[in-house]
Amino acid sequence: MNQLWIATLVSSLICFLLKYLGYRTPESLLNRPVIQRANSLIPIALLSSLVAVQALTIKEQVVIDHRLAGLFVAAIALRLKANFPLMMILAAASSAVVYNL
Amino acid sequence: MRDLIHSLALGGDFLRQNGRVSEEPASFNKRTVLSDSLAVAIPVGTYGAAFGAASIAAGFSILQTCLLSLLLFSGASQFAVVGVMASGGSALSAIATGSLLGFRNGLYGLKMAPLLELKGFRRVIGAQLTIDESTGVAISQEARGDDAARFGFWATGIGVYFFWNLFTLLGALGAGAIGDPAAWGLDAVVPAAFLGLLWPRLVDNITLALAISAALLALLLVPILPAGVPIIATALLAVIFGSRTK
Repeated sequence: MNQLWIATLVSSLICFLLKYLGYRTPESLLNRPVIQRANSLIPIALLSSLVAVQALTIKEQVVIDHRLAGLFVAAIALRLKANFPLMMILAAASSAVVYNL
Repeated sequence: MRDLIHSLALGGDFLRQNGRVSEEPASFNKRTVLSDSLAVAIPVGTYGAAFGAASIAAGFSILQTCLLSLLLFSGASQFAVVGVMASGGSALSAIATGSLLGFRNGLYGLKMAPLLELKGFRRVIGAQLTIDESTGVAISQEARGDDAARFGFWATGIGVYFFWNLFTLLGALGAGAIGDPAAWGLDAVVPAAFLGLLWPRLVDNITLALAISAALLALLLVPILPAGVPIIATALLAVIFGSRTK
C-alpha cells in the first residue's frame, strides 16, 4: 500500500475515532481550561503554518511566486467579507493570471 | 463563519453549564431552522470542489479524494492531509497534522452528547457528522429549544455531508480534466483555503501574534526538517502561547 493510501485511510480512521470518542468520554476529563485553550490555539498555529508552507515553499525551499498573488487577493476578499467560494475563485484566478503572464 | 465560531465559543460554555438547553417551547418552526442549516450547508459544501481539485493536484486519485470526504469528513483535516502530501511530506506527517486538526471535533462531540443522547448506530452517524458547522448551527438554535437544536444539528450535518461529497467529486473530476494545475490557479487554492479557515479564528492580538509567529517558524524550519514536520512543530508554539496567556 502506498503513502497516499496510508494517509487517506489512517487519517480517516483517526479523525472518525476522535469524533466518536467525544461521545464516549466523561465530560470532566476534557473540560479543563488547559485543554480548551490548546483546542482553540493549536488549529491557529497549524492553519497559519499551512498557509505559509503551501503558499511560499517548493520542496525544501522558500519561494515567492504566483501563489502569493492568489493568497494576497484571498486576504483582501476575506477582509471584505466575501464568502468562501468567491474568495477561492478570486484567489485561483489571480494566481493563474500571474502564472500565465 | 466568524459568527459560527463565535457562537461555538459562547454556546459551548452555555451547554457545559446547563447540560442542555432550557426553556423548551412546545414546538419550533422547522422551516426556519432548515433554512438556517442550508444557508450554512450549501456554501460550505461547494467549498468541497476546492478540496476535490486540490487533492487531485496533490496526486491523490479520484477514489482516494472521495474517500477522504466520505470517511474523514472534516475540511481542515482533509486539506491538511493533501497539503502535507503535496509538499512532499510522509504519510505519518500528513496523518499527524490531520489528526491534530481533527481533535476539536471530539470536543464538539463532548458538547453535543447530552443534547443528542445517541446510542448504537445513530451515535456512529452522529459522530461522523460532528463538525464545526453542525455543532455551530445546533448551538445557534439553542434559544428555540432542544428540538430545534437537534434538528439544526442533523439538518446541517446531513446537508454539509451531501453537498461536500457531491462537490468533492465534481472538483476532482474537473481537476482531472485539466492539465497544469498552476495554469488554473489550483496551487493557490490550498493556501487560500487554509487562510479562509484561519481568518475567523484571529479574534485578538494573541491569536494574530500566534498565527504570524507560527507561519515564520514553519518557513524557518522548512529547509532543515523533513516536509510536514515544520507544521506539526508549530503546534508546540501554540502550547507555549497557551501556557503564557492564562
